[in-house]
Amino acid sequence: MMNIPRNELLALGAGLAGAAVLAFLPLVTEGFWLSLSVNIMLYAAICTAWALFSGPTYLVSLASAAFFGVGTYSVAIFIDVLPFPALILIAVVAGALLATLVGLATLRLSGVYFVIFTLGLAELLGQIVTWVQTNFGGTIGLYVFTDFTETHLYWMLLALTVVVFVTGWLINRSRLGLALRIIGNDEAVARHVGVDTARTRVILFAVSGAFIAVAGAIMAPRYGYITPDAAFNPMTSFLVVIMALLGGTRRLWGPLVGVVPFTVVMDFISGHFPNQTAVIMGLAFLAIVYVLPDGVTGQLETLFRRRRSIDKSLPATTAEEGR
Amino acid sequence: MLILLTGLLLGGTYTLIALGLTLQYGVARIMNLANGETLVAACFVTFWLYTGFGIDPLLGLLVIGPGAFVVNWLIYTWLMQPLVKRASNRGMLEVDSILATFGLLFLFQGLMLQAFGGSYFNYEFLAQPFSIMGNSFGLNRVVAFVAAAVIATGLYVFLYHTDRGTAVRAVAVDPRAARLVAIDVRKTAAFAFALGGAITACAGTLLSTFYTFNTSMGVIFTMKALIIVIMGGVGDVRGAVLAALVLGVTETLVASLLDPGLTLAANYALFIVVLLFRPQGIFGKRPA
Repeated sequence: MMNIPRNELLALGAGLAGAAVLAFLPLVTEGFWLSLSVNIMLYAAICTAWALFSGPTYLVSLASAAFFGVGTYSVAIFIDVLPFPALILIAVVAGALLATLVGLATLRLSGVYFVIFTLGLAELLGQIVTWVQTNFGGTIGLYVFTDFTETHLYWMLLALTVVVFVTGWLINRSRLGLALRIIGNDEAVARHVGVDTARTRVILFAVSGAFIAVAGAIMAPRYGYITPDAAFNPMTSFLVVIMALLGGTRRLWGPLVGVVPFTVVMDFISGHFPNQTAVIMGLAFLAIVYVLPDGVTGQLETLFRRRRSIDKSLPATTAEEGR
Repeated sequence: MLILLTGLLLGGTYTLIALGLTLQYGVARIMNLANGETLVAACFVTFWLYTGFGIDPLLGLLVIGPGAFVVNWLIYTWLMQPLVKRASNRGMLEVDSILATFGLLFLFQGLMLQAFGGSYFNYEFLAQPFSIMGNSFGLNRVVAFVAAAVIATGLYVFLYHTDRGTAVRAVAVDPRAARLVAIDVRKTAAFAFALGGAITACAGTLLSTFYTFNTSMGVIFTMKALIIVIMGGVGDVRGAVLAALVLGVTETLVASLLDPGLTLAANYALFIVVLLFRPQGIFGKRPA
């Protein structure tokens, strides 16, 4: 049966315990801190889902806002006729479908095509929705009325984050994860040992896109009034890329390290200096490329390994290291 | 016919934008997503020169072109060359350059937002009717098209009929082989990147004479340029010209027959067709 290494079991236990503790947060805090926590949880879910695909494939996806918007609209369109859980399911299907279509068109080719295609995708969908609504629907916006409070949103996003993590962990242990690691190391080798590289990528992109769509669906009640500009805001895509890369994508929990501080900083800046957000994002991108190419966690790991290898060179510790 | 001509006139400016990008990506191997910001910056500088000092946009080209050349050369040597040196293969360079130029995109956009605000700008230049084959067009559009054609022809002559231009094309084909025939690849790449930036800036100047612009439209133009470059085949001048005209006409068709709000959708439709049927470009050869 499944042979799970001890340290992974420990990590799994620690993760679940951490999630359980976090679930009590709405009971001790409210107002500003709770709404900030909702934002953090939102980006935790999206960035981890983003890194599921973009981490191992090294393909920078800028489609997060598109998936997010598709999820939001899945709720906005059907809120009056279907119960909320069914809407989540619709978001899953819609997100996966969109990702599959984009993947089939671009992932067979070189990476640049994919990046370019995703760059304008959110804007494209926003334009189409606006066009459909002005020509056939009458009004630009849609209302979403629910009884959900911030606490409910927080819990749903926390649950989503846990599901994303568990999925990521399962993928790592599966044949799909193995195929991905081979592709990441050397695509030519992967092809020669019989990995269908395009199919692997499309599947993974669909999984990632479905999760991001669910995040968008959960956030729909918070907006109340859904417009294409808000739902398909391209900024979401860029923030996700910055946060995930800042944290590092080598580990499943890497993006989290970037999400928490960056969400707090962005919240502060957009509250106090709304005109500076673009400049800050620009500087963040440059900092990632020139200072932290592997993210904070990658950098720490490298430092740690260097330390270890220095230790290794000492004769006294060689016996212990040679497990 | 009116639609066709309007589209072709628009396509002239698109050609220049795409030629700028194809030089940067095809020769210097930098996927410059801040290309659209160069364009927008040129729009604003032209506006500033014209309204502030009464300098004719066509004369402005003589300042803006060389200015953009210097700025882009500095960007390449300071910011891009370290990435080129660091990258172990082309894929790594692509990811790094995409992220770095993203940084530049937001930085420039943020700075322009500080300086000019988020509203739309335009100015009146040669706003007289001009008639071609019984249809009347804005004289500014016609002049912009002619200027674009002159610049594009100049670039073509440079690339295909001078030694320096041949060196640029050689680096585009294979940087390693180019070194074997005594071409300074690093210098040529920097030159091509700077030249690409200058050409994009010229396109911005011409565009601003007939187009309403604002600080956040750069990404859309980068997108258009990328689609044209891919449609035409990376590094292919003839392909880029043809693709730009096709895009200009398609956009105008969709805008006048369907809805002006669907131009991006028109761009994407073309993009998808290209990806599915000719990912190697209109004149490109299918890779073995």
